Amino acid sequence: MKILVCISHVPDTTTKIVFNQDGKSLNASGVTFIINPYDEFGLVRAIEFQEQGKAEQVTVICVGGAEVEPTLRKALAIGANDAVRINANPTDALFVAGQIAAYAKGKGFDIIFAGKESIDYNGGMVPGMIAEMLELPFVSFATKMELAGRGAVLRREVDGGEEVIESTLPVVVSCQKGMSEWRIPNMRGIMASRTKPLLVVEPISVATGVQTSGYAYPSAKGSCVYFSTEESENLVNALHNKGLI
Amino acid sequence: MVLLFAEYSDGHFKKAVLEAATYASDLAKSLGTTCAAVSVGAVSDEALKTLSHYGVSKVYKIVDAKLDSFTNTAYAAATAAVAIQTNAKAIIFAQTYNGRAVAPRVAIKIDASAYSGVIQLPDTTNGFASLRSAFSGKGIEAIQAGKEKVVITIKTNSYHITANPVDCTLENFAFSPASTSFEAVAKEIVKASEGISLTEAELVVSAGRGMKGPENWGMIEELASLIGAATACSKPTADMGWRPHHEHVGQTGIQIAPNLYIAIGISGAIQHLAGVSSSKTIVVINKDAEAPFFKIADYGIVGDLFEVVPKIIAAIKKIKGKS
Ligand SMILES: Cc1cc2nc3c(=O)[nH]c(=O)nc-3n(C[C@H](O)[C@H](O)[C@H](O)COP(=O)(O)OP(=O)(O)OC[C@H]3O[C@@H](n4cnc5c(N)ncnc54)[C@H](O)[C@@H]3O)c2cc1C
Repeated sequence: MKILVCISHVPDTTTKIVFNQDGKSLNASGVTFIINPYDEFGLVRAIEFQEQGKAEQVTVICVGGAEVEPTLRKALAIGANDAVRINANPTDALFVAGQIAAYAKGKGFDIIFAGKESIDYNGGMVPGMIAEMLELPFVSFATKMELAGRGAVLRREVDGGEEVIESTLPVVVSCQKGMSEWRIPNMRGIMASRTKPLLVVEPISVATGVQTSGYAYPSAKGSCVYFSTEESENLVNALHNKGLI
Repeated sequence: MVLLFAEYSDGHFKKAVLEAATYASDLAKSLGTTCAAVSVGAVSDEALKTLSHYGVSKVYKIVDAKLDSFTNTAYAAATAAVAIQTNAKAIIFAQTYNGRAVAPRVAIKIDASAYSGVIQLPDTTNGFASLRSAFSGKGIEAIQAGKEKVVITIKTNSYHITANPVDCTLENFAFSPASTSFEAVAKEIVKASEGISLTEAELVVSAGRGMKGPENWGMIEELASLIGAATACSKPTADMGWRPHHEHVGQTGIQIAPNLYIAIGISGAIQHLAGVSSSKTIVVINKDAEAPFFKIADYGIVGDLFEVVPKIIAAIKKIKGKS
């Protein structure tokens, strides 16, 4: 079994988001980039399948410039066998999905893992687009996955519960919490990651679907109205007067 | 024409779907066209007619026993078939679990620009220029669609439902799903709880590590049930097993935007705020005046939650008793 894990290179969860003066791009100076946490759920699950002897190969893929290579090396340190970088600026979901689908096509991946969304753009479109482009089944918001016979049994989050899904392989799975526990790479993994293959592939031509024209900050909140413990009732009355409770 | 993906679940159209319906009909109005909906699976005519309250003047019904349970493959194929035949310019989805699974497939099928997290009507003077929420609520991205058609999902609780009654006709639309549409199918649904679903809740009472232990959650549940709120929690309390995982909100949990979010004994770490900062009104109860949560709060009480929460419960009982 071969598994492909899509990795998005995103600002660390503690990043204070600052846009450049022209409002056209994110100010990346001083920002630490990490593996998108949702992608990491899929990555660790893939490695677990490998440890259980069910998968032979776990490949990670990212669309991005040379700056994403440390993020791919971290995925290799966690345990992926090899990495692919599509050498292009990830302009939008359609472009990224087009690159990954083109790379994956015909290579015999049984599972393509991705995250439910990236924590920067929160788009959540890439995995479903890859599935559609490759004409594969797609299980979104997956919280569990087991291999069973020649297929898989998954759990998928829905409003107020979970669906139990049976799927054939190959399948595209977008992951969220529950799929696995994040891992911190150990020293041996970090050493090994330096010599694992990282292939750089030139992009194919894909039309972009959307263009970013700029960024803004959400309107700032007014200041907080405080009550003392003794005035708790006043808080309740304020909420009641606003029609909230 | 603007087309709404009229997702029907648990016997009704969820609030998010009605928001999307309002958005779709307002968009149709601004484009000088009409708003139609596509309904996939068995939904009563009576239920479908209710969409007319929100400006939907036509519903394309696709009924087939094979479509009674949801698969993103078949539902996307059905929606795309209607979109192509009606030459829809924009396909509007509520940003629900199923909407988000179907939308990207439809976008590829009909060669549309696709984007999620939309918070406002677009400027359509020159193509589609939209605003969407990004960076977990920490930024707003302005985008321009590159293609003639768009597929968009509307961020929950960011567009107001307004009544806009119109005449509405229902039409059966012939569609039969391909056999390859059933490679991934739901065998069973496991309900998480009887309570109010978090993503839909208007009011949410949430608590964190300040609660000291799971045995103290009785008052949180009492408060929530008094005001008809859903309960939520911070990540560590779910990780420690104090609370069920499906209650975990934040960057790595569920993202919510209720009208009222009451945070009790939660510090307001940036990853927590990423999931709740879009809430309309935020109340913070924390004994530490320096807790970062106060920076985005509308109302705050600096105090011991074990004293404050019982007082709040008593005050609510007083109000409820009167009315
Ligand atoms: C990659 C990553 C992702 C993460 N994702 C999430 C996420 O999705 N959601 C999330 O919640 N967290 C997330 N976290 C964790 C986050 O950083 C914080 O650790 C967590 O939110 C803290 O939870 P808490 O506020 O319950 O606990 P604490 O930070 O321990 O805060 C407890 C608060 O309770 C107050 N308190 C204590 N006793 C009382 C009392 N008697 N009365 C009143 N107040 C009291 C304290 O003053 C304190 O502010 C993530 C972390 C990482 C690294």
